[in-house]
Parts: sequence; C-alpha cells; structure tokens
Amino acid sequence: MAQTATSATRQQHYHVPQPMPWPIMGSTALFLMALGATFVFNGSMGGWVSTSLGFMILLYMMYRWFGDVIRESEGGKYGRWEDLSFRWGMSWFIFSEVMFFAGFFGALFWARAMSVPDLSSLLSNELLWPGFKNLWPSAGPGFAEKFTPMGAWGIPAINTLLLLSSGVTLTIAHWGLVNNKRGQLNLFLFLTIALGVTFLGLQIFEYGHAYSELNLKLSTGVYGSTFFMLTGFHGFHVTIGAIMLTVMLFRCLSGHFKPDHHFAFEAVAWYWHFVDVVWLLLFILVYWL
Amino acid sequence: MSAVIDSHGQAHDHHGGGYGGIMRWITTTNHKDIGTLYLWFSFIMFMTGGAMAMVIRAELFEPGLQFVNPDFFNQLTTMHGLIMVFGAIMPAFVGFANWQIPMMIGAPDMAFARMNNWSFWLLPFAASMLMLSFFMPGGAPGVGWTLYAPLTVQMGMGMDLTIFAIHLLGMSSIMGSINIITTILNMRAPGMTLMRMPLFCWTWLITAYMLLAAMPVFAGAVTMTLTDRHFGTSFFNAAGGGDPVLYQHIFWFFGHPEVYIIALPAFGVISQVIPAFSRKPLFGYASMVYATSAIAILSFMVWAHHMYTVGMPVTGQLFFMYATMLIAAPTGVKVFNWVATMWRGSLSFETPMLFACGFLFLFTLGGFTGLVLALVPVDIQLQDTYYVVAHFHYVMVAGALFSAFAGIYFWLPKWTGRMYDETLGKWHFWLSMIFFNMIFFVQHFLGLAGMPRRIPDYPLMFETWNKISSIGAFGFGLTQLLFLYIVLKAIRSGEKAPQRPWEGADSIDWTMIPTPAPYHTFETPPVIK
Repeated sequence: MAQTATSATRQQHYHVPQPMPWPIMGSTALFLMALGATFVFNGSMGGWVSTSLGFMILLYMMYRWFGDVIRESEGGKYGRWEDLSFRWGMSWFIFSEVMFFAGFFGALFWARAMSVPDLSSLLSNELLWPGFKNLWPSAGPGFAEKFTPMGAWGIPAINTLLLLSSGVTLTIAHWGLVNNKRGQLNLFLFLTIALGVTFLGLQIFEYGHAYSELNLKLSTGVYGSTFFMLTGFHGFHVTIGAIMLTVMLFRCLSGHFKPDHHFAFEAVAWYWHFVDVVWLLLFILVYWL
Repeated sequence: MSAVIDSHGQAHDHHGGGYGGIMRWITTTNHKDIGTLYLWFSFIMFMTGGAMAMVIRAELFEPGLQFVNPDFFNQLTTMHGLIMVFGAIMPAFVGFANWQIPMMIGAPDMAFARMNNWSFWLLPFAASMLMLSFFMPGGAPGVGWTLYAPLTVQMGMGMDLTIFAIHLLGMSSIMGSINIITTILNMRAPGMTLMRMPLFCWTWLITAYMLLAAMPVFAGAVTMTLTDRHFGTSFFNAAGGGDPVLYQHIFWFFGHPEVYIIALPAFGVISQVIPAFSRKPLFGYASMVYATSAIAILSFMVWAHHMYTVGMPVTGQLFFMYATMLIAAPTGVKVFNWVATMWRGSLSFETPMLFACGFLFLFTLGGFTGLVLALVPVDIQLQDTYYVVAHFHYVMVAGALFSAFAGIYFWLPKWTGRMYDETLGKWHFWLSMIFFNMIFFVQHFLGLAGMPRRIPDYPLMFETWNKISSIGAFGFGLTQLLFLYIVLKAIRSGEKAPQRPWEGADSIDWTMIPTPAPYHTFETPPVIK
C-alpha cells in the first residue's frame, strides 16, 4: 500500500476540483423525495408532487455532476494518482453494499434458523401457536392463506445463466477496450445490457406469476418479506447497473475511453460482477435451499 | 470562525471559485471549509440536543409531572440520543478529520473534494427531518434512540421521517468514510508511511472502515422497519414468522461498533494531545495501532451484550460476556500507553491537556462500569436502569465530548491563528468536570437503587440524587455557553498565535505549515524524511 502511494505520487499535482452546486442540489432532491414519501406512505397522495419533483432534481443533478466528471476525465485531468483514488473509492463503496445485503441475508438466516423454529417449539407452540410446524418456506403461524413458494429450477435458473453469461460478455467487451478493438467492445457491451434487461424482464414476469398464481406476496409472512426484499433490492441494483452500462455504451460509441484509461468502465464492471455474486447467493439461499 | 477564514480568503485569493457569500460555504470543496462547517453544525446540534436534555432534567428535578407529558418526554429522550450521537459527536470528529488528516499526511485536500461537500450538506437536511418529526401528527418517535420494534412499527408518521433521516445520515457517513479511507491510503506524501502517520489518522482509518461495515446494516434495519410499517412485511412480526428480537440483533450489530466509531477518533485526539503536553513521543505507538485494530475487530463480536435479558441461550450469554471483557485488554493497552507517555514527561496543563486528563480519568471509569455491565448476572439487575445511563454518558460525554473539547482548544490556534483565553479555558474545564460528575456520578446510585431509565416520573426515594443530577445538568449546560464565548472571543480578538504554540506537538501540520494554516496547504506533496 505504502508502495502504491509512493509510486503514484511521482505525479506532483492532485486534481482538486472547483466548487460546484450539485451536492446541495442532491441534498435538496433527497429531502423532497423523503418528505413526499413520508406523506404518501401515510395516505396523503399530495406527497407525490414533492417526491417527483425531488426525483427530477436528482436526475438533473446526476446528469450535470457526472457530466462534469466525464468532461474532466476526457480532458485529461485525471492521472494515475486520481485513478487510484477512484479505485479505492469504488472498492469501499462495493464493500458497503455488501454489508447492506448482509443485513437482509442476516434476517433470512434469523427467520430460518431462529424465529420459525422457536415459534414451533415448546412454550410458543403449546401456548401461543398450537400445531405450528417448523417448515421452510413459512409465512408464520398467523398466516392463514395457502401460498406456493418460488421454485429454483424454472425462471431463476435461466436468470442465473443470463447473469453469469453477462459477466462473460462484459469481460469480452473489456478485452475489446484494452486491445483497442472498438467493434468488439460495443457489440459485447450491448449484449451485456441486453442480457441484463432480459434478466429484469424475467424477474418482473416472475413477480407477476408469484402475485397472480402462487399467492406469494410481499405480505406473505417472513418468507414473502425476505424473498421480495432480497430479490427486490437485487433487482434494483441490476437496474442501476444496467443504466450505468448503458451510459458506458453511449460513452464508448462517442469514442470515450482509452486502452489504458477507462476506470469508469471498470468501476461499472466491478459493480456488475458484485451484483452477479449477490445473485448467486440469492439463487442458492433464497430459491434453492 | 467564518470571519477569520474570510480574511484568509482575501490573502490567498483563489478560494470560492467565483462563489461568494453564503454560496461559498454551500459549494466549497476545500477540506478546511468543510471541516469548519462540520464543527459549527456539530455545535448547533450539541446545543439542540442539550436543550432537550435540560427539559428532561427539569422534568426529573422532582417526582411528579411538572413540565411535559410522558409521551413528549419519550420523544425528547429519543431525539436527544439521536441528535447527540448522529448530529453532535460524529460530525465533530468528522470535522477534525477534515481539517487535520490532509494536513497531517501532507495531502493537498481530501481525495474526493466534491463528495466531501455532499457528505456534509446531507447533514443539515437530515437534521431538519429529525426536527420536523416533532411537528407531525403524533409527534416525533418516542421509542428510544435504539428504535426498537415493535414500538417503531406503531409510531406515527414522525417515525418515517426519522427513518429517512437515518438513511441520509448513513449516506453521509458512508461517503465521508470512503473519502477518509481513500485519502489516508492514497494521498500520503512520499515518506509518510502508514506507521509514521500521527495516531489520529490511524484511528480515523479504522473508524471509517467500521462505519462502512456498520452503517449499511443499520440502513437495512430501518428499511425493514419501514416496510413492516407500510408494506405488510413481517420481519419483526411473530405472527408472520418474524421476530422483534431480530431488530435488536441487527441494530446492535451496528450499535456496538457505533460506540467505538465514536470512541476511536476520541482516542486519536487524546493520542495527539497527551504527547504534546508531555513533550515526549507517544509511548508504544505500534501497540496503539494494533490495539485500535483489535478493538475494531472485537467490537463486531460483542453486540448481544446489549440484549442479555431478551432471552438467549446461556452459551450465547457466556460468549458475549467473555468477548466483551476481552475488549478491556486493548483498551487497557491504550490507557497504559497514555499514562506511560506522561511518565517522566515534562508536563504542563493547558486546557487541552486538562481535558485530556479529565478524559483519561472519566473515560476509564466509564470503561469500568462497562465491564460491570458486561457481566450477565449483574446486567440482569442493572439493565434499563440509570446505571446504564451513567455508564454510557461517562463514555460519550466525558470520553468523546471532552476529547472533542481537547481537540478544539488544541487545534484552534492552528486553524484561526489566534489563541483562546487560557484562564477561561481552565474555567470551562473545571466547571465541566465538576458539573459532569454532579450529573452522572449520582446516577450510578440511582441505577443501583433501581430507578429505571426513560421515565418522566419516579418514586419519592430517588428525589435527592435526581435533584443533584438536575442541578449539575443546568450547570453543565450553562458552562457550554461559556465554551461558545471562549471560541468566539478567540476568533474575534484572541492573541495572535505563535507558529508553534505547543512546542511539544511535532506532527507535520505544526512543523511544515504556517500558523494559521493557509487556505490551501501541500499543493505539491512535501517530502517526509
């Protein structure tokens, strides 16, 4: 570590950016969104105005802020020293994302290993919930309706293949970028996005299937909660990843990036692989076992 | 402080990048400006949370209900906790980190200067949301700062604002931590190896790592609360197969590391102050680094000592009890090293050193009561009593807040180029010390006698100690106005500070940068020999 820092500091000036109004705009946007959502969640639909306004401001802010960064990058403001900062930054951001998912996986573990067995044993069983059995998937002792859990070997298995393939196509696209084969880069980047979007489409179809035919809903006890929250947050991350890949595609088409200077692309690739790994865990722990 | 920094601005005309007035502060990417913003924000929040504490202590001055109804009392204790932890103490140390880390490692600024701005400017919005929750139907959440389910699921819409505020605070912490880690790992000047960094930088490196591991988990926990409230999920609902205890586990997985997230930067400040006023290098620097790392790792394995009484297997209790007591080992290494640094040092007791010594005594006391509470059989008696309140205020106030005061007095000359009034500083210390113990020492007795925490009314037998505690609280509150006066007086009309007001302080921020520090420092990396 000490070594990398020292070698990077052969470059004498670190790019310290000028003041900009985007951060405060982002805070305002998030404030409006949260305030609006609070009202919407509590039944005052007027909150949508605030939330939508906030969301539009957020989009505008991101467009301008990323625009500035892209301009600086293409303008040669970032050398190896700044590049290393971005690498550290993205790595630690992904680490924080891992911990976010860890919380929800923890909830799944707790439900399967602790709360459901507890509710079906000894005192809980005799006094509170007679006859409740420790079986997973479970929607809990108070859930009266019947539901069918989501199987692993239909759409989820196809989705696993899709996401794993998208990891491969993304790597091929990256090779294209490194070896300056722009055609390969654009084609395989497009394929990656297509695979990601297909994944999302199938995921939406699966949700529809769960709601309309399996009677499996967000409110289907702790199974429904963990199933939809885990796969839902994952799907949200795939959406973000697909949007970022699309931005990368447009940048590639406009001739951005050089074989030795394309960290934005790599960062998105890292993120995409992270989302991929989360999916593998989901497939094993949520769908399969 | 702004007045002073403005005058710097005129001398070094390239600040602001075209923005003037208030917009300068809103758009700034300068780590010193942002550090100043953090510190002033922290002070405002400190006053806000402090005002709530005053109402709480006024209500507890005597038995019966005098000023507030029980529901509002609960809202006050909740908000007091949230505001002090997330609004006052954490931002104060991030303020120190912003000012000091680049100057201590020879960096031109933080690694991500714009993101640094966003990390700060999320805070006022999050704080407004917390305060806004008081004006919602049903008021602010009155559930305690730990936000336990199932109470949180039943609260009014103030709860939703609080949840979103925590999301924003979490974003701010995560971005701030990424920034600090990257700055320390990638922005050190040539020759500034990791093991030559001032210890303050080390403690922040480790703290930032802990924030990144803990904060997202808390965000997940409150998100589960949100969906349990509005979207029919059953994370914390036994009828749906969930479990309220699950919330406690997730919360304390964040909550216990959070204690060290607050304490480690405080240790860092103390590790700068004590050597400076002992005129000796820090004793056992390497062991300090290892002890800090050990605390960071252990603190993720002790969370359930907050939950001995919710029902867990004896093996679980034993594991968490021993793991908790194990933390005393690295903490003991630290206290030993601080004392050993002073041993045969050429000591002098200016205000920063007084606060450091106060910290040493009182934080150690808070650590000891922590050991007492770590014992399962004792904790079963003492949990949710005033003993716990006394314990964590020794750690949070005499630990974190005192070290923040030490840091302010220590670095104010560097930042503003002016000295504070030493006599008033000493007054501030002694009054704080006396009033602090008046408030909280007696609360140990209240707790041992069985007075529960978070109640607005109590039996007659607790009256005397509560009166003393309340009088101490009012005194402590007023003393902090003296602190404000001292800082303002130093900024406006303080004596001009010499280049090195503390001749024992030898980190590069003192030796290689003029006092007061110019607006931009180390624009090209210095070479550290």
